[in-house]
Amino acid sequence: MMDVCNWDGTVSAKDFRIGALSFAQKWESLNSAFPPWSWVPCPKHSWLASHELLQEEGYLSLENICISRPNEEDIDQNSQTDPGEEETSCSEKEDDIDDATLVQSNHHELHYCDFHVVYSYTFRVPVLYLRAYCSDGRPLLLDEIEKELPACSSKELPETKWAFITQEEHPYLKRPWYKLHPCGTSEFMKLLFLGGDTAQPKLEVVLELYLLSWFSAVGQVVGLTIPCKMLNDR
Amino acid sequence: MRKALQKRMEAQKYVWEGAIPLQIHLHESQVTTLPPPPPALILAPRIGYLPLLVPLIKPHFRSTLPPGVDTIWFEYRGLPLKWYIPTGVLFDLLCAEPERPWNITVHFRGYPGNVLIPCDGEDSVKWSFINSLKEAAYIINGNCKNVMNMSQSDQLELWHSVMNGNLEAYLRVSSKLKLATIEDEYTSLCSSKSQQGSGETDFTGQVKTGRVPVRLYVWGLSEDFDDLEDISQVDSWEKISYVNRPVEIHKEGKCFTLHDAMKNLLPEFFSDESLSDSKLAGVDFEDVQKIPSEDVSSNKVVEDRGQNAYEHREACYISSSAEIKLIRIQGIEPKLEIPFSWLVNNLLNPDHFLHICVCVKVPQ
Repeated sequence: MMDVCNWDGTVSAKDFRIGALSFAQKWESLNSAFPPWSWVPCPKHSWLASHELLQEEGYLSLENICISRPNEEDIDQNSQTDPGEEETSCSEKEDDIDDATLVQSNHHELHYCDFHVVYSYTFRVPVLYLRAYCSDGRPLLLDEIEKELPACSSKELPETKWAFITQEEHPYLKRPWYKLHPCGTSEFMKLLFLGGDTAQPKLEVVLELYLLSWFSAVGQVVGLTIPCKMLNDR
Repeated sequence: MRKALQKRMEAQKYVWEGAIPLQIHLHESQVTTLPPPPPALILAPRIGYLPLLVPLIKPHFRSTLPPGVDTIWFEYRGLPLKWYIPTGVLFDLLCAEPERPWNITVHFRGYPGNVLIPCDGEDSVKWSFINSLKEAAYIINGNCKNVMNMSQSDQLELWHSVMNGNLEAYLRVSSKLKLATIEDEYTSLCSSKSQQGSGETDFTGQVKTGRVPVRLYVWGLSEDFDDLEDISQVDSWEKISYVNRPVEIHKEGKCFTLHDAMKNLLPEFFSDESLSDSKLAGVDFEDVQKIPSEDVSSNKVVEDRGQNAYEHREACYISSSAEIKLIRIQGIEPKLEIPFSWLVNNLLNPDHFLHICVCVKVPQ
């Protein structure tokens, strides 16, 4: 019987890995229609030959997720600014929409995102890294990404004293990625599990549900949700 | 006791006054005059950051630049320099044999956005620094509220003290952050000799255990070498492993050395001692099992140690020919037996991280 009262909302690297693998398996079995999370093992030093058992470090990955579709306003704007489109409309009736152009506009407007969940040894919590790009591979700028964030998050951004999303180097890929700042994570994880009036759970239960609970909160910030099945399971 | 504090101030002063002589060349693709402009000679603070030198560099090369928007970045022999790493750390890491002056190239066009994080001048550097400080505060105190709640004027004063190399102003403002320091084993040893009875009382705010903010830059070489001059050049950041991981110090009666810290951070390179570590880990497990009511923190510590012990056993088979060849902190190559607390108290960067450069030899 563990004492959860003293728990500070953090998780060890070992428990993170166990929880991440469990989360990925559960996601795959309950959401076969949705792209799967996968565990990517990473040796601490890429140039050091790594034994199978040493590959305990790594991150959780969900990639190529479409995060936006154009609305009518976007289509109109594209039509108005496209010279080709203007020429086409001259030769046709004013209220007639060219299907081919519409499809093309849709294609160019699609934005995609890669999500990585990496363990932070500093904060001892999972951290969400993301990279957003167009269908042609061009990376999105921060203000373009902010447009894709759920409205509630975007509205909160200007009011925040400290930006909660910044571009930083991916710990394993060594490339610029966007990172959601994790300094408040342990506090809200603690509240999630210990803040209620209900009886406090055992520590094993807490650690088992840690990543699922973390994702249900953090995922909303970037427009990812957990299907009902996973929340109901257990 | 003033002597001890003065000694620490002395070492910190040397660190803060440390500088790298730079010879900065303009990249040939941006030279529009004949003859090409002479290089800019600048003494760059070790604890500073390259983009902060732009106000000195830009006037020097202005007359020869092609028209267009400036996106300034630096490069050393083809390797883009990460501006968010302190200048002294870049020098220690990339110049195995210290090169004086250090010849680097400045570009005003063609920013390599796929490798380097964007930099919009001084503000980007400032926020990068403050984020590091926030992270350090979390490691030490368990939260970063003191950094988050800094007043605007304190924030500005702190940043200006770093930009201007003003140690006294920095100490005045940073003391408000209440970052606990570790008892300096070397200093306390000296003081206990001179004043036998009052050693402990005078170190208020210091703790004997805790987490130390450390950033490790590990350069792996597959070739063996005896002279630093024989080492080939770092041509890619893929060759360098960046480890952002705190060191936990536990007072267990004996002195915690740099050797202990490195074993904690790079267990693969201490395979000869993995057997004794396994024994220690075993003892820890036994101790925990005897405790009637276990609390979360001790269990966590045991888990981490158990994991390390397991790694150590496997490390025997993997890296028997891997070894640490060089360790540099603030340009100093300290002995492994030096008390880690001395290094922490004297060689920290202003972001409160100990930046350690390590060169290791690894098998092919």
